[in-house]
Amino acid sequence: MELVLAIGIGVLAGSGVWLLLRPRSFQVIIGLSLLSYAVNLFIFAMGRLGTGLPPVVDPAAPIDPTAFTDPLPQALVLTAIVIGFGMTALFLVVLIVSRGLTGTDHVDGREPEQ
Amino acid sequence: MNGILTHLVILPVIVPLIVAALLLLFRDQRRAVKAFVTFATMLALLAISLTLLVMTANGASDGWVGVYLLGNWSPVFGIVLVADRAAAVMITLTSMLGAATISFAAAKWNGAGPHFHSLFLFLITGVNGAFLTGDLFNLFVFFEIMLAASYGLLLHGSSIAKVRSGLQYIAMNLIASSVFLIGVSLIYGVTGTLNMAELALRVPMVQDADRMLLEIGAATLGTAFLLKAGMWPLSFWLVPAYTAAASPVAAVFAILSKVGIYIVWRLSLLIFGLDTGPSGGLAQNWLLIGGLVTLVFGSVGVLASQGLPRLTAYSVLVSTGTMLVAIGIGGVPVAAGAFYYLVGSTLALSALFMLVELIERGRMAGADVLAVTMEAFGFEDEDVLPDEDEVGIPIPGTLALLGVNFIICALLIAGQPPLSGFIAKFAILSGIIGVQAGGAGTQIAGADWAAVALLIISGLAVLIAMLRSGINIFWATREDMTPRIGLVEIVPITVLIVSCVALTVFAGPAMTYFEATAAELHNPVGYIQSVINTVPAPYPGRGGGL
Repeated sequence: MELVLAIGIGVLAGSGVWLLLRPRSFQVIIGLSLLSYAVNLFIFAMGRLGTGLPPVVDPAAPIDPTAFTDPLPQALVLTAIVIGFGMTALFLVVLIVSRGLTGTDHVDGREPEQ
Repeated sequence: MNGILTHLVILPVIVPLIVAALLLLFRDQRRAVKAFVTFATMLALLAISLTLLVMTANGASDGWVGVYLLGNWSPVFGIVLVADRAAAVMITLTSMLGAATISFAAAKWNGAGPHFHSLFLFLITGVNGAFLTGDLFNLFVFFEIMLAASYGLLLHGSSIAKVRSGLQYIAMNLIASSVFLIGVSLIYGVTGTLNMAELALRVPMVQDADRMLLEIGAATLGTAFLLKAGMWPLSFWLVPAYTAAASPVAAVFAILSKVGIYIVWRLSLLIFGLDTGPSGGLAQNWLLIGGLVTLVFGSVGVLASQGLPRLTAYSVLVSTGTMLVAIGIGGVPVAAGAFYYLVGSTLALSALFMLVELIERGRMAGADVLAVTMEAFGFEDEDVLPDEDEVGIPIPGTLALLGVNFIICALLIAGQPPLSGFIAKFAILSGIIGVQAGGAGTQIAGADWAAVALLIISGLAVLIAMLRSGINIFWATREDMTPRIGLVEIVPITVLIVSCVALTVFAGPAMTYFEATAAELHNPVGYIQSVINTVPAPYPGRGGGL
């Protein structure tokens, strides 16, 4: 499972960074989205990977941390998703405004000279 | 300290937040009311932060540290806000800049786009939160609040230049946010905590196998803040953005780059202080080298800029470089001088950003740009406000007033005698040379001498550039109009400059305070103990208080 997740994060982050370096603003925003998915998965992995583990400690049983999943990264991911979503929406608006004002979707606001 | 005073720590965050939300309910046309309410809020914040400043200053010798447990959770589990000397200085500075810029914007800028005041107060919420928080992830949240508001403010009074630089500004900061999260989660994965004080205790105990991951996490986190601060390879977004922004917005952005510096400073000393085990002093050399390169870049930029707004934006980079060099060299004497420099230069830069707009107001577009380079700078992007109504009455001697303010700003930023900029640079330089002579420095001597030389040369570069612009503007035969400026515009600038002069006059007490601040930053035992030892309050009605 670790290998699959690591490859998934790597592919997402790699594609994201490649798209970020592209000149068109739409590619940049897709790149940012992919990068933020990669980061969210990464935060998740920084807890502990496991399947079917309960997140809440049962006070009756003797406490063994490895038998539970860490709830904190899940809370962090949730916050990061919400913030990332809001920022992407805002960036999209600026992108459209830029397209409207400059008449091009190049990130520099003008087409490169041939 | 206990009882009701503890709640003072949360006020700088929630007061602007609530007022901003309430202001959204009113129609945007009621600008005068909104401006007044915002200004009153900033004054209230100034009073609160001054109270915190006095309280932290009057504490015991190791300093009083105000700890606020959000939701009354124990500090190990919940989020804490911490007000110590450094945080109190920074929020006081923020409130001063905020009050001044709101007053300045009341003349015309607040009408250039919707919801200026709410955005402004959200920005203040984020900045104050970032200064006060004691939790890494909470820091991320406040950072995002600050950035979201700054995106709106940067685009305020939209023009092509603003949208173009805004697009890049937002993209850079979104990437930085991702980098920030990677750093935070790596640190959490290794240490299992996000509380800064607890982190400081756990980092020395991290096993060697995990230490590399921890250091990668910390370096990643630092990169995000250094982008905000504008360290050299990460600073190319800064000048276009600050140049394009409306002048009151640029004036308050002067504190934004200091947020990055403050956090790098605080975290590197708290978590990776020199005596915290194998990872101690992790960032020092990098910050020193980065600071030196930023100084060179900023100085060259200052000399090369032909417009005043650009020159001011590059001065921000010079200020950043100076701070990074001082942090990189470290030691209490250097840090005390650096803190003094931070306060003075932020006030002066903010005043200059506003002053530049007044100076430019009466001039033809691009009058200070050489004809040869006119085209290269693209004047089709000049900002033109929707309504070209003149503001205020022509004050006799306006130019003289502007000139005096400009000279004082130039002296402050260039670090020339007799004002606070000089005292600050002198303190930093004497600290560096003192470290050198004592042999206590961990750096090679060459880097220290390079720092001394570059600090002096950068001051000279700023002075030359300012002189050139000043001669161009104030001594030239003017064919254009005397600028018409309003009282609400010139008064806040003068107040900021007068406070710099006051900082010079009361340099003795101020330096004593900053030395205590620097000592507290370098030896954060009081900070850590205060946070760890705070216990949640009992439920109200059954005893109350701590």
